[in-house]
Amino acid sequence: MKKKILPRLSNLLCLSSAFLLAGCDWDTLNPKGVIGIQEKSLILTATYAMLLVVVPVIVLTLLFAWQYRQSNTNAEYLPKWSHSNKIEVVIWVVPSLIILFLAVLTYQTCISLDPYRPIDEEANVKPIHVDVVALDWKWLFVYPDEGIATVNQMAFPVNTPVEFRITSDSVMNSFFIPQLGSMVYAMAGMQTQLHLSSNDVGNYAGESANFSGRGFSDMRFRALAMSNDDYAAWVQKVKASSEQLDSSNYPKLAAPSEANPVEYFSHAEPGLFDGIVAKYNNGMVMDKSTGKMMHVQSAMSDMNMKE
Amino acid sequence: MLGKLSWSDIPFDVPILVGTFAGAAIAGLAVFGLITYYGKWGYLWKEWLTSVDHKRLGVMYIVLALVALFRGFADAIMMRSQLALAYAGNPGYLPPHHYDQIFSAHGTIMIFFMAMAFMTGLMNVIVPLQIGARDVAFPFLNSLSFWMTTVSFVLINISLFIGEFSQCGWLAYPPLSETQFSPGVGVDYYIWAVQLSGVGTLLTGVNFFTTIVKMRAPGMTYMKMPVFTWTIFCTTVLIMVAFPILTVALGLLGLDRYLGMHFFTNDGGGNQMLYLSVIWAWGHPEVYILVLPAFGAFSEITQTFSRKPLFGYNTMVYATCSIMVLSLVVWVHHFFTMGAGPNVNAFFGIMTMIIAIPTGVKIFNWLFTMYKGRVEFHATMYWVIGFMITFSIGGMTGVMLAIPAADFVLHNSLFVIAHFHNVIIGGVYFGYVAAMNFWFPKAFGFKLNEAWGKRAFWFWFIGFYFAFMPLYVLGFMGMTRRMNHYDNPDWYPWMLVAVFGAVLIACGIVCQLTQLYVSIRDRNLAENRDLTGDPWNARTLEWSTSSPPPFYNFAVVPTVHDLDAFAHDKEAGIDTRAAGSVYQPIHMPKNTSAGFFVGAFSLVLGFAAIWYIWWLAALGLIGVIATVIARSSNNDVDYYVPVSEVARIENEHTRNLMAAQAAE
Repeated sequence: MKKKILPRLSNLLCLSSAFLLAGCDWDTLNPKGVIGIQEKSLILTATYAMLLVVVPVIVLTLLFAWQYRQSNTNAEYLPKWSHSNKIEVVIWVVPSLIILFLAVLTYQTCISLDPYRPIDEEANVKPIHVDVVALDWKWLFVYPDEGIATVNQMAFPVNTPVEFRITSDSVMNSFFIPQLGSMVYAMAGMQTQLHLSSNDVGNYAGESANFSGRGFSDMRFRALAMSNDDYAAWVQKVKASSEQLDSSNYPKLAAPSEANPVEYFSHAEPGLFDGIVAKYNNGMVMDKSTGKMMHVQSAMSDMNMKE
Repeated sequence: MLGKLSWSDIPFDVPILVGTFAGAAIAGLAVFGLITYYGKWGYLWKEWLTSVDHKRLGVMYIVLALVALFRGFADAIMMRSQLALAYAGNPGYLPPHHYDQIFSAHGTIMIFFMAMAFMTGLMNVIVPLQIGARDVAFPFLNSLSFWMTTVSFVLINISLFIGEFSQCGWLAYPPLSETQFSPGVGVDYYIWAVQLSGVGTLLTGVNFFTTIVKMRAPGMTYMKMPVFTWTIFCTTVLIMVAFPILTVALGLLGLDRYLGMHFFTNDGGGNQMLYLSVIWAWGHPEVYILVLPAFGAFSEITQTFSRKPLFGYNTMVYATCSIMVLSLVVWVHHFFTMGAGPNVNAFFGIMTMIIAIPTGVKIFNWLFTMYKGRVEFHATMYWVIGFMITFSIGGMTGVMLAIPAADFVLHNSLFVIAHFHNVIIGGVYFGYVAAMNFWFPKAFGFKLNEAWGKRAFWFWFIGFYFAFMPLYVLGFMGMTRRMNHYDNPDWYPWMLVAVFGAVLIACGIVCQLTQLYVSIRDRNLAENRDLTGDPWNARTLEWSTSSPPPFYNFAVVPTVHDLDAFAHDKEAGIDTRAAGSVYQPIHMPKNTSAGFFVGAFSLVLGFAAIWYIWWLAALGLIGVIATVIARSSNNDVDYYVPVSEVARIENEHTRNLMAAQAAE
C-alpha cells in the first residue's frame, strides 16, 4: 500500500508544479521573444531536475516523522544506529549528479544567453539599434540610425533583433522588459549591451529592476513590437514631433521628474549617448567594436566637461 | 553648535511617527517606573548591565533580538499593507520618502539586530557550556560586543524621531547612497549604526573562535565537538573573514560622503560596482554566518528528540566546513546582471549551486536521524520539521537564482524577496526559535509552554506560505522589489494574499509572546521546573550542569570520553559533575561597567558624527579612549570563588537531583 502511494504522490506534486509553472500567463513564463523563451525553458528544466530531490525530501520528512513517532512502538528502533556507508554514498552522489547536470546547463546557457551575444540573425534581417539612458526617473531611448529619440516608449519591428546599448546619467537602474527576457544594469559612465527580440506583435511592460530613489515606482515604459509597416509609421510619427533633443535642452530632460509622460523627439543630436557615457570618463568612451577607448568630440560632452 | 541638527529635523508632521514616539515614550516610562518602583536598578546594573557572564549576555542579546523583531516586523506589515492599498492610482498611506526608509530599516534591523543578535545570544548561552568551559576567552570583550550592538540598535531607532533613516535599501548601493543623490543624514545613520555593531560582531567572532580553540574540556578533540559548536566555530571564522570587508566597504562610502572622496561616485574615477563587489563579499558569507548555527541547533534538537545519535556526524562536520569555504567564493551571483562575461557568471553560478550539495546532505542527515528513531513531537520538533520542508523549497529557488541566465529574468524581483525570506525565515528564524525553545530551560530553570509554542509554529508556518508564495508568483510576473505603488491588476490579488500571510505571522508573534508570559507565570509548577538540568534527556555537556547553571558553569571541568559526552557518561554510569569530589577555588572575571561606557560614548560619537556636531563627536571619542585606558590599567579584574561557596551551590543541586530521582 505504502509503496504505491509514494510514487503516486510524487507524480502528483511534479504535475501540479509543472502545471503551475508552465500553464500560466505570468510575464516571464509567457515570453514573447527568443531570449525569454529559452530562459523560461531553462527555469522549467532546472526546476524539474531539482524536484527530483526536493519532492522525495519533503515526502520522506513527513513519512519518517510519522512512521517513527514515539507512540508507534511497532516501528523498528535502533538507538545506536548513526552511520551507513551506503546511505552516505547515495546522499552525496544524488545531489552531486543533479548539480553536475545543472552546472553543465549553466555553463551552456551562460554562453548562449549572454546578453552581449547578438541574436542569430535570420537571413536579410538587419538588427535595429537602440541606445538606452536611465534618467531620474524615466527612460530615454535614442535611435541612432533614425536620428530620433523617445521617452518612456520604444518600438521595434517583430522578428528583428534589437541591439541595446545601455547607460545611466544618474544612479544605477536595471533595464528590463519581462516578457522579452534578460535585464541588464544601467550604470553611469559605463555602457552595457543587451540583445532582445519579439516574435509577436505586442505592447509589453518595461521597468527598472533596480531601486533608484523617490520616483522609482513610476519609472516605467512600454515596449511596442510592431509589424514592419507599423514600425515605419511609428518612426514617421516620432519624426513629426516638433520637439528636438540636443545639448541645450538635454539637461532639462535629465533633471529629476516623476511619472514622466511619453515624449517624442524628431531629432536627436548625434553622439548624444557617447557624450553621456564620456562625461563621467574624462571625455572617453569605449568603442564596442574595437574595445578601445576613444575621445568623444561632441557638444554634449564638452558641455558636461565644463560643468 | 548643533551641526546640521535643527528643529525641522524632528518629524512632528508625520502622524505615524508621532504616534510611535508617544507609544515608545509611554512604554519606556512604564518600564522605567516599574524598575524604580520595585527598586531593581541596583540589581539590574550589578547583575545584568555590567555582567560579563556569557549566559546573562546571551539572554540580553536575545531580548535585544526580540525587540528588534518587533521593530522589523512593524516595518514589514506596513510595507505589506501599503502594497495592498497602493493600487490603481491609490497612493496608499506611505509616500516614497517614508516607504523607502521603512524597507531600508526593515532589512538592516532584521539582519543586523534581529538575526545577528539572536545568533550571538544563542552562541553566548550555549557554546561555553557545550564545550565544558567556565566562561568565554575574553569576558570583558563579550560585554563590550553586546553594548556595541545595543547602542547601534538605539542609534537606528533614534533615526525614527530625529532626522531620517537611509532610503537606499539595506545595503545602500552607491551612487544612490552618495551625497549627490542622498544629501540627508539617513545614509549616515545607516553607516554609523552598521559600523558600530560591526565592531561588536567582529569582537564576538574573535572571542568565540578563541574560546572554542583554547577552552574545550579535556578530551574534547575537534571530532568530538558537538555539532552546534562546530557550526559556531565555522560561523566565527566567517565573521572574522567577512566583517572586516564590510567595515572597509562602509568606511570607503563614509569617506566619499564625509570627505568628498570618489571611491564609488559616478564621476572622479569612482566605480559603483566596486562597492557591490566588496559589500557582497561580506554579504554572502553573512547569510551562512546566520544559517550555520541554525543548522547546528537543528542537529542537536533532532538527535535529542529522535532518541538516537545524529546520523553521519563526520559528514555533517565536513559539509559545514565545505559550506564555510564555498560561501566565500559566490558573491558575484548578487549582480550577474551587471554584464560580466559568460565565464565570470558561469564560475560564480556553478560555485553557488555546489553549496546545494553539502546543504542537501545535511537535510538527508536529519532525515536519517529520525529514521528508526523514536521521534517525540515536542514543540521544538515542529520547527525542525517545518524547517526541513520549507528550507528545501528555499534551497531549490536559490539554485534557480544561481543560474545566471535564469537570474536575468528573476533578479531584483519579488522572487528574490520570496527566496531569501524562504531561507531566512524557514531556515534561520525557525532554527533560532527552535533553539530558544530547546535551551530555554537551561538558561532559566523552567520550560517554555508547549501548547503556545505549537500555536506559534502553526501561525508562523502557514503564515509564511501565505505571505511569501505569492511573492514567488509576483516575481514571475515581473514585479520588482521596492515598488511603492503599481497599477497592474494581475498583481493586486496576490498582494492581498501576502498581507493576509503577514497578519498570520503577526498572530504567530503574539503566540510567542503569550508563550513567554504563560511560561513565566507557571514557572513554579512541578511539570515546568527543571530540577535535574537535563529536561530532554539530551546528549551534550551543557545538560550535565544545573538549570540555570551556576555562574561558574562547572564546579569540576568535565572530562570528555566520546562524542555526545553527556550521553556517553549517562550510559557508562559516570557522574559528569563529579559531585562530592574535592572542589578547587574557581577563577572568575569580575563584572565591569567599561563595556557599557564604551558603548555609551560610541553612541554619542556616532550621533554627533551623523549630525556634524564635531565638538560632541570629539567628546565621545575621548570618552571611548579614556574608558579603554581606564579599563586596561585596572588590574583588579578577577577573583577566586571560595571552595565553601562552590560546595554550597553544588550540594544544593545534588539535593535537587536526588529529589527529582526520588520523584521518578
